[in-house]
Amino acid sequence: MVPVLIFGLVSLVTLGAAVAVVTNKNILHSAFYLVLAFVGVASIYVLLEAPFIAVVQVLVYIGAIAILIVFAIMLTRRIMSKDLEQKNKQWGWAALGAGALFAVLSWVVYSVQWPVIEAQVPEDTITILGQELLGTYVIPFEIASVLLLAALVGAILIARERDQIERSES
Amino acid sequence: MADLIKLIENWIRELLLGWGAAEDLTFFILQALGSVLVIILCFVIVIALIWVERKLAGRIQDRFGPNRAGPYGIFQSFADIIKIFTKEYITPQGAEKGLFNIAPVLAMASVLAIWAVFPIAVNLIGADVNVGVLYIVAVGAFGILAILMAGWSSNNRYALLGASRSVAMLISYEIPMVVSLLVPVLLAHSMKLSSIVLAQQPWWFVLVAPTAALIFLISSMAEIGKAPFDLLEAESELVAGYHTEYSGMKFGMFYVAEFLHQYTVGALITIFFLGGWSGPMAAQWPVLGVVYFYGKSFLVYLMISWIRLSLPRIRIDEMLNLNWKFLIPLSFINLVAVAIADRVMMDLALEQWVYVLVMFLVNILILLAALSIAGKTAKTIERVTFPPRPVAVPPVSEGK
Repeated sequence: MVPVLIFGLVSLVTLGAAVAVVTNKNILHSAFYLVLAFVGVASIYVLLEAPFIAVVQVLVYIGAIAILIVFAIMLTRRIMSKDLEQKNKQWGWAALGAGALFAVLSWVVYSVQWPVIEAQVPEDTITILGQELLGTYVIPFEIASVLLLAALVGAILIARERDQIERSES
Repeated sequence: MADLIKLIENWIRELLLGWGAAEDLTFFILQALGSVLVIILCFVIVIALIWVERKLAGRIQDRFGPNRAGPYGIFQSFADIIKIFTKEYITPQGAEKGLFNIAPVLAMASVLAIWAVFPIAVNLIGADVNVGVLYIVAVGAFGILAILMAGWSSNNRYALLGASRSVAMLISYEIPMVVSLLVPVLLAHSMKLSSIVLAQQPWWFVLVAPTAALIFLISSMAEIGKAPFDLLEAESELVAGYHTEYSGMKFGMFYVAEFLHQYTVGALITIFFLGGWSGPMAAQWPVLGVVYFYGKSFLVYLMISWIRLSLPRIRIDEMLNLNWKFLIPLSFINLVAVAIADRVMMDLALEQWVYVLVMFLVNILILLAALSIAGKTAKTIERVTFPPRPVAVPPVSEGK
């Protein structure tokens, strides 16, 4: 009973925050509601007994992405004015598409017979995760990190001032 | 008698079960009681710490420090508390009320949440999660968020400037901090804090990995945001940084959070490098473990205070250079070297003291090499400001 209650509360907060993200007129408030939604998702991971994923959710989405978003908003001029338009001409079609996707997903969730394993969740999941990541899946893991490194180098190259690049080339 | 805390816990459990409370409810009440006790202990410690800090600062700066309220001024903190509670709350015009009020609470919570996973004694562990190290790093993000909230919602440019400096500093110093934390994780083969403490019997990790301990000390001093890294609230440049507009207990919460954060860093260094609760007789007498844990944290706290009271604030470009050009490369090289040395010696199956000695030498060697390279390549003087010029020029009299 209690876990269901907690789950209900957490999902209510998550969904409420998610709705507030899109309906709020002030973009910085939206960003902070997004943080709340991330916290809600992390709590659901905790309820699912996946502490590693929960902590990584907080670390990556709140510790890095949310702070980046907030900082980008603060550094952008005139983005925080209260009369920002929240929808454009295509909002009807977008709503139709999103609604259709939601319908398909709910249909899939309800109609598929999800396989349920009786086995207990192993006590120490991170050791297994680490061994899998650096054993079986080492090549995808490394390729993903090379991709991120390339993105990092690209970002620095774009962000550098033009004359600095010319100076280093000449 | 040997295990006073478990004794009390069992007594309360029996009492509640005797009253007919359900097993789940009893568990919940005991957990809640434990966490409230830890939090209250944190606040009591902070009250004492503020006095110690001010007295110490006074002595270091060659003055008396507080000496009016009570013998040696020990009631100074209580006078401060009464003053801060009775002050008026001022919300500046144009401030975002909601965020303005949440920010101090979040700052406080982000520090207190770290205490949830601390192993305080051999059998006294908050939440013994097996991702403890990651949890500590993750929770720290809320503190940065609180600073950003406070800085932005105050509707004050100095506050916003302080908040934007926080991103430059706190986020970049998180990298060497996390990488140096990987060294104890690697040596203990676990991210569980209780296993990390158990792995340090009898050799503390400060002997096995002194370089990582030093990097962690420097970068977590930056995370606290106090001198010499107090660019967030540099009073000569930014009034008071992100909490310029706060008054009364809202300011008090930032202030207490800062003190508690410094003590928490002491506790973290104790857990990761100074053997946590371990000490003579601590395994048989868990109560002694509690004393050791808090005592060691207090000693590290005093050391951090001593460092920060002795050093002037560093300039923002020096602060970033120190991080990106020195601490980050050093921490990565140190991690790789420790991993290789650990692996090689594990295959050799050496005596334990030989292992510790070799590890210590490897670490010191890396540190000395890094310092000599940095000393040779660093530019000694890099002037970024204008040359000094006279502010007022005596007027040339025109009568003559």
